[in-house]
Amino acid sequence: MQSAPIKRAYLALENWFNYSFGSWNPLYHLGTLTFFFFWIVLVSGIYLFIFFHGSLDGAYDSVERITHDQWYAGGIMRSLHRYASDAAIGCIILHMFREFALDRHHGARWYSWFTGVPLLWMVVTLGITGYWLVWDQLAQYIAVSSAHLMDALPIFFGSMARNFLEGALSDRFFILIEFLHLLGQPMLLVFALWFHVRRLSNVNINPPMGLAIGSLLALLALSIAKPAISHAPADLTVVPQVLNLDWFYLNIYPLLDYWSAGNVWILTIGITFLLMLLPWLPPRKAGAPAIVNLQYCDGCKQCFEDCPFDAISVQARTDGAPHEHEVVVDGALCAACGICVGSCHSSNPFRKAEKELKTGIDMPQLPVDEMRKRTISALDSMEGDVKIIIFGCQHGFDVTKLGSNNTVGVTLFCSGMLPPSFIEYALRKGAEGVIIAGCRHADCYFRFGNRWMEKRIKGERPPVLRSKVDRKRIVIQGGAETDRHVIEVALNDFRQYLMDSRENRHSIHTEPGGSKEIPHA
Amino acid sequence: MRKRYPLQILNYLVFMSLVGYFSSAPAYRHLPEGQAVVVLAFSHAGQHIEPCRVVSAEEQAKLAPNMRRPTECPRARSPVKVELLMDDQPLLKTVANPPGLFGDGGVDIFLYATVPAGEHHFTIRMNDSVRIKEEYNHTYEKTAQLAPAQLLFIDFNPETGFLFK
Repeated sequence: MQSAPIKRAYLALENWFNYSFGSWNPLYHLGTLTFFFFWIVLVSGIYLFIFFHGSLDGAYDSVERITHDQWYAGGIMRSLHRYASDAAIGCIILHMFREFALDRHHGARWYSWFTGVPLLWMVVTLGITGYWLVWDQLAQYIAVSSAHLMDALPIFFGSMARNFLEGALSDRFFILIEFLHLLGQPMLLVFALWFHVRRLSNVNINPPMGLAIGSLLALLALSIAKPAISHAPADLTVVPQVLNLDWFYLNIYPLLDYWSAGNVWILTIGITFLLMLLPWLPPRKAGAPAIVNLQYCDGCKQCFEDCPFDAISVQARTDGAPHEHEVVVDGALCAACGICVGSCHSSNPFRKAEKELKTGIDMPQLPVDEMRKRTISALDSMEGDVKIIIFGCQHGFDVTKLGSNNTVGVTLFCSGMLPPSFIEYALRKGAEGVIIAGCRHADCYFRFGNRWMEKRIKGERPPVLRSKVDRKRIVIQGGAETDRHVIEVALNDFRQYLMDSRENRHSIHTEPGGSKEIPHA
Repeated sequence: MRKRYPLQILNYLVFMSLVGYFSSAPAYRHLPEGQAVVVLAFSHAGQHIEPCRVVSAEEQAKLAPNMRRPTECPRARSPVKVELLMDDQPLLKTVANPPGLFGDGGVDIFLYATVPAGEHHFTIRMNDSVRIKEEYNHTYEKTAQLAPAQLLFIDFNPETGFLFK
């Protein structure tokens, strides 16, 4: 389903935002931005509710008073309420597009995708009931059109649309809609959001402060420049002619002027099911889950802490070993990223006790022993001056394409799969420098791989790279699959640096406790 | 990673423009200019397909006391056929079959059409019984002046017949 042009187009857009925003790139924070916009909607909604009169006769007038009599407060709050809701929908759609374009919805990640699709509709219906409450001609149009849609379903008796012709509406109708908009739908949404993130660990719901402030200021400026206003009051004896639709929420309604309500339902439900089924459509990718070798696991729980998908749990020791805990992998949740291998301090290539290198938690497709063999093979294959080994991520730039006589790439599932001791191993076994090329900075196909890796090298997260390893011989350079030039520039700069600093560096390297700076990170 | 604030402002301006524009534009014309809408909508139960039958005294005696009743009425009802003509031309037409497992429910008719504003002559005809010989057993005619964007609601009441609202 996913095509390379979509991915390339998306990566180009992301690149532009990286250039402008750096680590605040909004495309890396679409989920948290959506949460932030909901906070704005909640606060502004509470303010509006204080002044809103929830009755058929009073609703419109109260909204007009809020909008015009206190434009400096209520008017801005109303506009913020609308624009933050619109921005939230935009973020949700971009969020879905991003996960699709970058193929982050297959395998064990099906759950987040599958539970995320209905969220879009929940938010849309929440917005629809919000527009309904204004009870202007737009609300009338939405109410009548929604009633037509409901009448097409075989679950209701009688005609709902007829209620909007006879003048049979009462304040009870408003109480129902108010209940839905203010309590029922938001509670359902919170519950659904909890489901959506349930299989993720370390869930963050706050965007970076700078991005949050920028977004809030932008919405505030928009609210002042273009305040949200109502249409003429609802009048059931006339048909609204021209409507200024909010296309973020109300785009489905014009279809009713061309198609039957039944066909609109078929289209809507069809698209929803298609979206929900995407994780099971080709290309299907399912890596074998991680396996635990209790013999080499001392129950330190670091893999449990590091797993981005909550696939690892901790339980009491079952093998009689003198450790309190052991870890267990839930194969259904494991995304096969290998970050746990990088977390395990048993993943140490210097160990020589057994012929085959074993670790506490390993990946069947690329065991740590095979990782060591590939590293040794890469080191042995290099000739000439300034040998550089590049550990790459299979979801970033393909580092094997950079191979030359003195440069070799080794591809891992994720840069977070690289145990820090492998860096020291490579440096001691002949590499003059090590480049770690994961996904783009601030992004990671497996959520936290490059972040954990960087912290391990900086000594901020176990297992740490030993302090005596010269950080100046290590470069972290993220790059997507389209970022060849970025990696090449980093490689050439690093090579030049290594050549220029060779004399000085050797003297540093001989001293214990080298610098913790990562000069090229 | 470097942050370029002037470019961020440019991006925020694009974001504001997109949100601000699509929150209320482009305007959508739901009803063409100079048009009105005629809605024919009512709930009505068709007449029983078979007439009620008087239960004889012998039959009554065979029934349990709480089940005795003077007449027995088959549940199935007639379909409701309705047709609206505007200026002697067919405008809306449907045949609604009674819902329910036994075909004994009332039907809900909701038909609408967009028409040019102005004076029109409407004729409404309905048949709600398969037992009558004529094609329609309810007929109503009226001339109405429709203003642009007006919604003319035509209702039906079994006691008073068709109503223009």
